[in-house]
Amino acid sequence: MEIDPFIFRLSIFILSIFIGYYVVWSVTPSLHTPLMSVTNAISSVIIVGAIIAGLAGNSDNEFTISNILGFVAISLAAVNIFGGFLVTQRMLQMYKKKKKDK
Amino acid sequence: MSANLSAVFYLISGVLFILALRGLSSPETSRLGNFFGILGMTIAITVTFLSIVSFSSGLIYVLIFLLIGGLVGAFIAYKIPMTAMPELVAGFHSLVGLSAVLVAVSAFLNPEAFNLGSLGSIKLASLIEMSIGAAVGAITFSGSIIAFLKLQGIMSGSPITFKGQHLFNALLLVSIIVLTYLLCSTQSSNFFWILLAVSFLIGFLLIIPIGGADMPVVISMLNSYSGWAAAGIGFTLENSALIITGALVGSSGAILSYIMCKGMNRSFFNVILGGFGAAEQSASSSNKEYRPVKSGNAEDAAFLMKNASSVIIVPGYGMAVAQAQHALREMVDTLKKNDIKVTYAIHPVAGRMPGHMNVLLAEANVPYDEVFELEEINNDFANADVAFVIGANDVTNPAAKSDPQSPIYGMPVLDVEKCKSVLFVKRSLSSGYAGIDNDLFYKENTLMLFADAKKMTEEITKNL
Repeated sequence: MEIDPFIFRLSIFILSIFIGYYVVWSVTPSLHTPLMSVTNAISSVIIVGAIIAGLAGNSDNEFTISNILGFVAISLAAVNIFGGFLVTQRMLQMYKKKKKDK
Repeated sequence: MSANLSAVFYLISGVLFILALRGLSSPETSRLGNFFGILGMTIAITVTFLSIVSFSSGLIYVLIFLLIGGLVGAFIAYKIPMTAMPELVAGFHSLVGLSAVLVAVSAFLNPEAFNLGSLGSIKLASLIEMSIGAAVGAITFSGSIIAFLKLQGIMSGSPITFKGQHLFNALLLVSIIVLTYLLCSTQSSNFFWILLAVSFLIGFLLIIPIGGADMPVVISMLNSYSGWAAAGIGFTLENSALIITGALVGSSGAILSYIMCKGMNRSFFNVILGGFGAAEQSASSSNKEYRPVKSGNAEDAAFLMKNASSVIIVPGYGMAVAQAQHALREMVDTLKKNDIKVTYAIHPVAGRMPGHMNVLLAEANVPYDEVFELEEINNDFANADVAFVIGANDVTNPAAKSDPQSPIYGMPVLDVEKCKSVLFVKRSLSSGYAGIDNDLFYKENTLMLFADAKKMTEEITKNL
């Protein structure tokens, strides 16, 4: 009997939860805010679905509702991707060690 | 690009996302981690474009919308003040939720494009995954909007409750399961729309009873939801990058919620059911007796600190409100010039989101190795000369250790009262969020400094 591909995806999902569990516990508490903004940015990888939705269909110039919803989702996810990574970058730049000359 | 090859690349970007979170285990590796995250995202987006065989004329629109969103996001990221980080994160969560909903709706209307069967006969498994993704996405969206409005102060931070609220919410949750079942058995789009509407409603109702200071839990929880929504969509799209990311973000948010709840010694359900302290608040304020307090001015505070050899700073949400972090750092610089040892003590739930205070201090150029968490520093209070409490209240209340009647009894608190003297910067004697009096105000060794946190700090610096 063949195994349904769903089971493989479920395996990836369950194992990733465990990876997430151990990785996140090792995050230092002082970086919890950047953790939230970066998880925000990476969860916007949902943009791949939005791109598929936006490009689906035939080549004439008429867009279906499905396409338009895709376009909107692309721009929302893009706000998150750029905003999330950049604001994380900005925060992480501020974390500095004690300077010797003080 | 073949489906197998693109699946490999999605897996690579999933691994890069894991490394992005791994990098956050220390500030030195965090910047590299963020780079991995950006790389993973770039790979995922590029592969998606390459794997589409026939480009429709929509491509140009896709790029335009990508660009618009990107510019808006970049603009926000550069402009946003660090004190507004909780609002920003809540706003971003709502966007993840809404895009999950839009992708799910789009897939529902055009299942052929996603290989899910055809309209009216979508594969059962896909339909269930889609419903979960859409419902959780909708809850994330409306919940985050409420959280955003509360944090921004547009909506009152006080809990909004009504009779039968919990029963009503429970009924709505049950109706989601029923609707999903009906949707799967009939394939009727009407049930899909009702499902979405009910989910939006649940999001609103779930967050309105939760008070302002519980926001750290709420934000973490919505963070977790946005992850589960992404994972649901990932199953629909059969995309491993999305599944891995969803699981990572989901567990990350769940862990943060747990840490925040532990920081308040409250169970997760206690926070979610909301209305904290609403009953006790009125009781404790009615039988409040007059007790003497010692209050002082900036000169007294400066005198105390100048003669100290070690000072511990306890910042709280009030510091963020007053934007006092830069003034505080200047004061500390002056103290250090006088060879006084200064450290910072941060309670897990100080501020409005996990790690809020750390970011603000980092913004004010406070080196992160001078900033300590509760467990690391709590024993040092007994040896310190001065504790400088700025904008914090409940997290220093000794009643959490001594008074079993207190609503915050059992909550881990900073042992500020063990210091030789305590300076408390506060605008008035009013109670904190928990609605209870802080015994610390009336202690022999406490000096209250009634003023705006920023002004007071600046004045102390002048007097040093």
